[in-house]
Amino acid sequence: MRDPIPQGITSTPESASSSPSSRLLWALVAVVGAACLGVVALRRGEPVNAIWLVAASLAVFAIAYRFYSRFIARFVLQLDATRATPAVLRNDGLDYVPTNQWVVFGHHFAAIAGAGPLVGPVLAAQMGYLPGTLWILFGVVFAGAVQDFMILALSLRRDGRSLGHMLREELGPAPGVVAMFGVLVLMMIVLAVLALVVVKALTHSPWGTFTVAATIPIALLMGTYLRWIRPGRILEGSLIGLVLLLASIGYGAHVAASPTLAPLFDFDAKALAWWLIGYGFCASVLPVWLLLAPRDYLSTFLKIGTIALLALAIFIAAPTLQMPAVTKFIDGSGPVFQGGLFPFLFITIACGAVSGWHAIIASGTTPKLIGNEGEARLIGYGGMLMEAFVAIMALIAAASLHPGVYFAMNAPGALIGNTVQSAAAAISQMGFVITPDELLQTAKNIGETSILSRAGGAPTLAVGMAQLLHNILPGGGMMAFWYHYAILFEALFILTTVDAGTRVGRFMIQEIAGLIHKPLQATESWTGNLLATAICVSLWGYFLYQGAVDPLGGINTLWPLFGIANQMLAAIALMLATVVVVKLKRQRYVWVPGIPAVWLILCTLTAGWQKLVGPISFTAAASKYALAAQQAHLLAPAKTAAEMQRIVTNNQVDAGLTGLFMLLIVSMLVFSLRALIKAWNTPTLTAHEEPYIALASVTH
Amino acid sequence: MTRSAINHIVRQGWQRLTQTARLCCGVPDYEAYVQHLRQHHPERNVPSYEAFFRERQIARYKGTGGRCC
Repeated sequence: MRDPIPQGITSTPESASSSPSSRLLWALVAVVGAACLGVVALRRGEPVNAIWLVAASLAVFAIAYRFYSRFIARFVLQLDATRATPAVLRNDGLDYVPTNQWVVFGHHFAAIAGAGPLVGPVLAAQMGYLPGTLWILFGVVFAGAVQDFMILALSLRRDGRSLGHMLREELGPAPGVVAMFGVLVLMMIVLAVLALVVVKALTHSPWGTFTVAATIPIALLMGTYLRWIRPGRILEGSLIGLVLLLASIGYGAHVAASPTLAPLFDFDAKALAWWLIGYGFCASVLPVWLLLAPRDYLSTFLKIGTIALLALAIFIAAPTLQMPAVTKFIDGSGPVFQGGLFPFLFITIACGAVSGWHAIIASGTTPKLIGNEGEARLIGYGGMLMEAFVAIMALIAAASLHPGVYFAMNAPGALIGNTVQSAAAAISQMGFVITPDELLQTAKNIGETSILSRAGGAPTLAVGMAQLLHNILPGGGMMAFWYHYAILFEALFILTTVDAGTRVGRFMIQEIAGLIHKPLQATESWTGNLLATAICVSLWGYFLYQGAVDPLGGINTLWPLFGIANQMLAAIALMLATVVVVKLKRQRYVWVPGIPAVWLILCTLTAGWQKLVGPISFTAAASKYALAAQQAHLLAPAKTAAEMQRIVTNNQVDAGLTGLFMLLIVSMLVFSLRALIKAWNTPTLTAHEEPYIALASVTH
Repeated sequence: MTRSAINHIVRQGWQRLTQTARLCCGVPDYEAYVQHLRQHHPERNVPSYEAFFRERQIARYKGTGGRCC
């Protein structure tokens, strides 16, 4: 096998520039970055402006991209710009198409950016802005971007194959099956926890519920327009959709104020959960052009637009961070999620620092579009840096809120009660002094009746964004408009993920069912379709409903499960990369994917263990409720003995799932170590790369 | 810079932007597909943009992959 000299990389203009002036420039970037980071980390007691944080992050990203990603490209992956990529070799004009690198970058970023980087950092802000910032920066540079980049490059050398396929090839058939089972379970947890974010945001909010409900007829209209009236004119269709969407936010204010209309859109968490389950079922059974696709277009454009708007708002408003750099909750006593800094910070912020889900995208459509191996660095490593920047912005939006407001929105009702008086008292007790009036006024400003216990990240981010945008464009009632705009944008793309995820889950389930009874595999068959969709919806629906009735508000319980699962997948992807590096006999670089893999294994196993046994575990919660039930006591929020029993069962299911995740990761570790040791002792190259074909011999 | 050079840059930028936006929605570049068909499969019919769009719209939600959380 040919071990290529990475000549393409050395011929790119930027890497040829080791001139004194460029060295001076990079030294300057390093000094500025270090100075900003110093301000962020060391200035205590006096408020820090968010711009320091932005500047420090940008400097870290620039240096990491320039030096570390180049090191990985050159030595670890040995990318070769003269080597033909799958897009060139298998060019079919549809799935495999060599595409301009900036176009692929945009596509890749739009595919990896979702609700994850917006929610995790908001939850982690309970420990102060510093721990989250440091983990996002270090995590992305040494773990997240490394994972995305390496998996993308691995797939590029393997005909654009998927993560599952590569795991089967490099580690063996059994680990491939184990990992794919993990992906299915992870997807169900992702869908449940994201749907729960929407439920938390819309509970008893007629304005929000109305605007989100309005997206359904708007999507149907867009779908009809794009199918029959002006087929394929996505831009036109999306513009019409956007105008109607903004109109529905405006009209939502009247709905919320109207005594006849408001009750029609006023639901509690349980009712909303049932609506979402029903909606998810319909949306994934209906023809895609009618509902799923048009919503997808709208949410993609709105997502990119809103991220740009958030960046603009932070740059112009330059808010002061009101949250302390570090709060006392690093000891694990925080109200938003339980557990200490290690390991829980590292699983709470998953997307944004490192996300296993990206390995699926980096081995999905993206490698089939890259026309030159040298471009994988920008797309894989650079795309993830961009996502980390989104996470930093979400953290800024949360940390620029009054800490009292932040904790009122994110602490569960069991800790702060249901009235502004009890909440203000409880939060002031925590050390963040706030008055009931301030809480009431914040709710009034955003056009809601209450802001208490709206955990899940979305509402907090929405209030943060509304305040930032209100600072730039002041005006009566505008803050309420911006708040509902932000809620709508998050709900829209979460629901699109739920629809599309349910469909993907349905196909996976049909494939598995096909092993037992062949006809069920036919995706056109209505029996197979309805059955598999029903199974898929009830899987995530179970966890969603569980979250809606959870004593600690759901997010508190489900987010750690999601974090453990997501980081588990990242660890699996990094273990694959580690094994491949050894199989290519580049053992001296084994630490590049190896250290982040070990770190993630440590974090997930420790978090899993603490959730399995000990004071903050699911098992402890189950026995607490079981004990009370035996003594015929009722613990809030349960109102009947049956509800008590259900909380016990839910916690037992969660404990079982945690155990399953731990088993999964340990078995993948064993499989990987076995393959690694074998490859280490083999003197020849054993990786399954496709043979070298010169780019020049293929391009016409 | 001449006027036509600026025109060229603006037109190319707009093309790339629409190409990116369509790709984000799972619709690849139609021109590239037509060119590919003409070059490699001259015996096949070239579908209209509308037909191409419909086929891609359905294909996008068939497989695995999808998007991030």
